[in-house]
Order: sequence, then C-alpha cells, then structure tokens
Amino acid sequence: MPTPKKGARLGGSPAHQRLILANLATDLFRYGRITTTESKARTLRPHAEKLITKAKKAHLGENPLAQRREVLKTIRDKGVVHVLFTEIAPTFAERPGGYTRITKLGPRKGDNAPMAVIEIVTEEYVAKAVTTPAATKADEKPAAAEETPAEESTEETTDEAAAEETPAEESTEAAADESTDEKTEGDKA
Amino acid sequence: MAVPKRKMSRSNTRHRRSAWKAIAPSLVTCVNPACGAQHLPHRACGNCGQYGAKSSRRQVL
Repeated sequence: MPTPKKGARLGGSPAHQRLILANLATDLFRYGRITTTESKARTLRPHAEKLITKAKKAHLGENPLAQRREVLKTIRDKGVVHVLFTEIAPTFAERPGGYTRITKLGPRKGDNAPMAVIEIVTEEYVAKAVTTPAATKADEKPAAAEETPAEESTEETTDEAAAEETPAEESTEAAADESTDEKTEGDKA
Repeated sequence: MAVPKRKMSRSNTRHRRSAWKAIAPSLVTCVNPACGAQHLPHRACGNCGQYGAKSSRRQVL
C-alpha cells in the first residue's frame, strides 16, 4: 500500500502539487527571494534544496549533463536552470546544506494565511566552530550589501556601522543613522 | 427534513455569542532604533521589514 506523503497536499491533487512546487522553485531561482504562504515555503524548502544539491554536484564535476537533465524535469525554463547551474551553485560550493532561509511574516489580509519569505542564502559560508559571532557578522554584512539592490545596500552599510558601535553610542548615533535610512525607505515605499 | 423543535431563546443565543471572544496578540517592539514599532514575535516587522536580533538583523522585505 502506498504511504501518503508527510504534510499537507498543496493544490488538491498530486499533479497540482508538483506544478505548484515546480513553479515556486523556478521563481525562487529566478528572483532569489519570494513571498508565499508559510506552508508552501516549508514544503518548497527541501524540494528546492535538492535541486541546488544537483546543481552543486554538477558544479563539482559529478555527471553534469545528467544532473542538468534531472533538474530540467522539474524546472522547465532552461534560462533559470542555466542561472542555477552557473551562478547559484558555485556560491554554495563550501556550504553543507541550508541553502535557503525562511522568514515568517504576519498573516495575509483577506484570508489571514500566515505568510513567509523564502530566499536563497547569499551570505558567504563561514564554518561555525572557528568563528566568533562578531566575525560572522562582519563577514555576512558586506556580502549582503553587495547583492542587495542599490537602495538597500546603503542601508545595510549604515546598519553595519551602527552595529559595530558600543551600545551606549548606538542609542544616539544609530538613531541618527537610522533616521536617514527611514527617509530612503519612505522614498522607496 | 430535520427542523428545530423549539425557538432559540434570546438568552441562549446571547449566552452562546458571549463566548466569541477576541484575544489581543502579544507583541514585541521592533529592535530597529529608527522604527520601534510593535510587531508579532518571531515575525518580520511590518513597518520597516527587518527581522532578527539587534546584532544580526537583516532586511527581509
């Protein structure tokens, strides 16, 4: 007897679920960050990470053509597959899994569905045992600043400056820094 | 077809409806010093779109 899969079925039928996950994975690799419901994000995560693992294996020279064909079974857009294999996979060469990150948002207006952002991790991988929290922060922030759009990058750098100050100074100077940030945010919105 | 045998009294109706209560969610203050808005815990701030502790917060929206 076939065992039902773990967790909820998205969309109603197995075919619909396959299509939903394929489309979500395609958009995740195309845009790097997508907003969806929390349950879809949670179901997408292992699905997308397995695709990244295939791309990573191909990057490391393990039967690249077969890996690409396997991924093309799910992602039907060749352009996105190309981006996955040539741009996304090399950035994960060092990282042992955990290629995506889910951040919960509030409930959606309309149906109160819990929403989440699922994104591809862009920070450089730093092994946990050897680094202190301060070092990790210093490594991560510039990487994030490089890959976010121009408006956000200015914000990230000022955030970093604020974070490195001592707590006593932070309350006054960071507030001054952040107030300028808010203006940029306001312009954006 | 099944139908109610008795009229539902106002008392019973109001007693039942008095149990429909909204609970205020517990909120936390956004750690972004420029924002300071109230948002749900373990969720990104809806005002500034940042998430995370003071040392490692990041823009998610």
